[in-house]
Amino acid sequence: MTADAWDALRRLTPARIALGRAGASLPTAAHLQFQMAHARARDAVHHPLNADALAAELSTLGLPVLHARSAAADRPEYLRRPDLGRRLDDASRAALGRFAASAASESSESTAPSDPAESTASAESTGSTGSTGSTGLTGLTELTGFTASADGPDAVFVVADGLSALAVERHARPLLERVIPRIQADGWAFAPLVIVEQGRVAIGDEVGAALGARMAVVLIGERPGLSAPDGLGVYLTFGPRPGRTDAERNCISNIRPDGLAYDEAAHRLAWMMTESRRRRLSGIALKDDAPPLAASAAAPVLGAGKPSNVAYDG
Amino acid sequence: MTFSHTVGGERHRFAGLADLLAKASPARSGDALAGLAAESAEQRVAAQMALADVPLTAFLSESVVPYEADEVTRLIVDTHDADAFAPLAHLTVGGFRDWLLSYDATPETLTAAAPGITPEMAAAASKLMRVQDLVLAARKCRVVTRFRGTIGLPGRLSTRLQPNHPTDDPAGILAAVVDGLLYGSGDAVIGINPAGDSPATLRRLLEMLDALRERHAIPTQTCVLAHVTAQLSAIRAGAPVDLVFQSIAGTEAANRAFGVSLALLDEARQAALELGRGTLGGDVMYFETGQGSALSASAHHGVDQQTCEARAYAVARRFRPLLVNTVVGFIGPEYLYDGKQIARAGLEDHFCGKLMGLPMGCDVCYTNHAEADQDDADSLLTLLGAAGCTYVMGVPGADDVMLGYQSTSFHDALYVREVLGLRPAPEFEAWLRSMGITDDAGRLSGCRPGALAGEDAVARLTAGLAR
Repeated sequence: MTADAWDALRRLTPARIALGRAGASLPTAAHLQFQMAHARARDAVHHPLNADALAAELSTLGLPVLHARSAAADRPEYLRRPDLGRRLDDASRAALGRFAASAASESSESTAPSDPAESTASAESTGSTGSTGSTGLTGLTELTGFTASADGPDAVFVVADGLSALAVERHARPLLERVIPRIQADGWAFAPLVIVEQGRVAIGDEVGAALGARMAVVLIGERPGLSAPDGLGVYLTFGPRPGRTDAERNCISNIRPDGLAYDEAAHRLAWMMTESRRRRLSGIALKDDAPPLAASAAAPVLGAGKPSNVAYDG
Repeated sequence: MTFSHTVGGERHRFAGLADLLAKASPARSGDALAGLAAESAEQRVAAQMALADVPLTAFLSESVVPYEADEVTRLIVDTHDADAFAPLAHLTVGGFRDWLLSYDATPETLTAAAPGITPEMAAAASKLMRVQDLVLAARKCRVVTRFRGTIGLPGRLSTRLQPNHPTDDPAGILAAVVDGLLYGSGDAVIGINPAGDSPATLRRLLEMLDALRERHAIPTQTCVLAHVTAQLSAIRAGAPVDLVFQSIAGTEAANRAFGVSLALLDEARQAALELGRGTLGGDVMYFETGQGSALSASAHHGVDQQTCEARAYAVARRFRPLLVNTVVGFIGPEYLYDGKQIARAGLEDHFCGKLMGLPMGCDVCYTNHAEADQDDADSLLTLLGAAGCTYVMGVPGADDVMLGYQSTSFHDALYVREVLGLRPAPEFEAWLRSMGITDDAGRLSGCRPGALAGEDAVARLTAGLAR
């Protein structure tokens, strides 16, 4: 093993420089470090989303949680057929449609304006959401009225496994519990939060359209890299409907504690959602020029694991 | 025109050349995604049997993408060299494969025939070839290009030094460049994929690379792989542009998705030529390609991804590039599912490019959602070395921290040079020796304390960097 005399340069870049060599080949330690990074990335790609556990965790946010699947049956099909990962399976599509119809008839019977308290109350029902498991949306139609807005919800949060279920399991709640308080005072009506298994970014278009939401915000596991297997991406689409293109979305990527930190990501997402709602657009026309996040401006964080602590709605 | 083949009493019918080529393609996920792939293994071989009987002249009378609708087709048809094609004109696709493998196909006859070979002919032949055929035939092709060094001589394997950084930090990029140079990498080009696309970033990186090259008199060329329009602007603003880079594809619509046209590429080439920066030659273009790019832009016209890829080489050869490489595993498993599909595609691309007269390299790479690993990369790298590949990538530790994929490392290139007895470009080889980076045998000369020459190179190259 021959060490490299320039290893002082390593602090200048995250790239794998000055690795040393055995002859001209990679030394054992550097070789095994690479193998470990790749192994973690591979494990992340194939780690199945524990949708029930995630639903239980996300229920603390105060939004009902629905559970859907894409048309990709399993991971190998998901990897080969991105088109299937962008569409709901038949059962989920039908269930979301029933839910939306039920919500619409509910709101037509009531003139009550959007009342976040109702969404808080409905959160109690989400415990059963988690237990519905593979049956998807069955039994959730009683959760109507929480949008209580005759013209539909302003936004739907869609949490999809994407290429790293680890990313959403680790970072979806920490991000959402920082975003919702930042914008709630502006009177947002949210659709139920929808967890999607084997989902790609564009599945938010169909989910958003099915629920009549004016904006879809998709939280999704990014393709794992060697440096991190759990980067979370967020894609915002105004006017979600099947056929939207990537140019019509805005993206915030690499959200994780050692990448784009939660507070900074929440600040940018809240700004982006606010601007998107105000200007009624997303994509290229909506530049991400959020003002810098001042340390003192960090908004309060929802108490983790304390569903009763929904201070932001009042 | 329809094609058919009867085997075992069953008659297989194919709707036209495009359908026949697609059905004859060895299996890959992208053709299945497009709904073009053979429906059974038997249908695939029946298509190959039917294709083997198709005369090469059929490719001159039927275009897989309509002439009226596509400037790449027009380029292929309008620039076809009938004189170069004449010695092959009597052959079928199967006969063409036999000829490529025969002793009659020499570097000289292959070079003479190249302008007469259309992309579809090359693709068709490749579909009848096994891995060993792709290696053998490509190895016989000679394509030599020049800018400040000589790329593509027999027995040589060059490298693109790829020192990317997630935020384009100049010191971080320079650290990776120095690391690569001290590992003997960079004779094809030192080329950065920038993370940002601002003119200021492009200008800063171009000037930084040029200053480093000048200071150490490195006989190579530099490039920042921004969009061609940004590079054109940089040239007009007086920035030091050696090579103009662009990603290209095999249909007009796919190139439009890349934001380019033949006219724009021609304009960029003329601008780079006018700078006159090459000392040994005027090959100023650098192209990257990859199977699946046309389909991902919904611009494939029902043509299989490997044939679309070969058509991109028709675009490339019009502009006499210094370098062309397929980025074979970058696009993901929906186009090339696993190590087997990536390896075959890399060898097909290398073969088709060389056959058409291009200085063909390969970015041997994979993403973390593909069913591939370092063993697969090693296998393809070794096969490409045997096939006479012009150049491969040199990425620190095989881990591109900006693009987020795995390519080949500085170490990997040295491995394949050592195993197959390959050397860098001659001018660069002499520079490495003069710097004391390599010894008389061409091996790394112990750049460590106590090894005086190596130490000197480290001190000179890192001066001002290790603050």
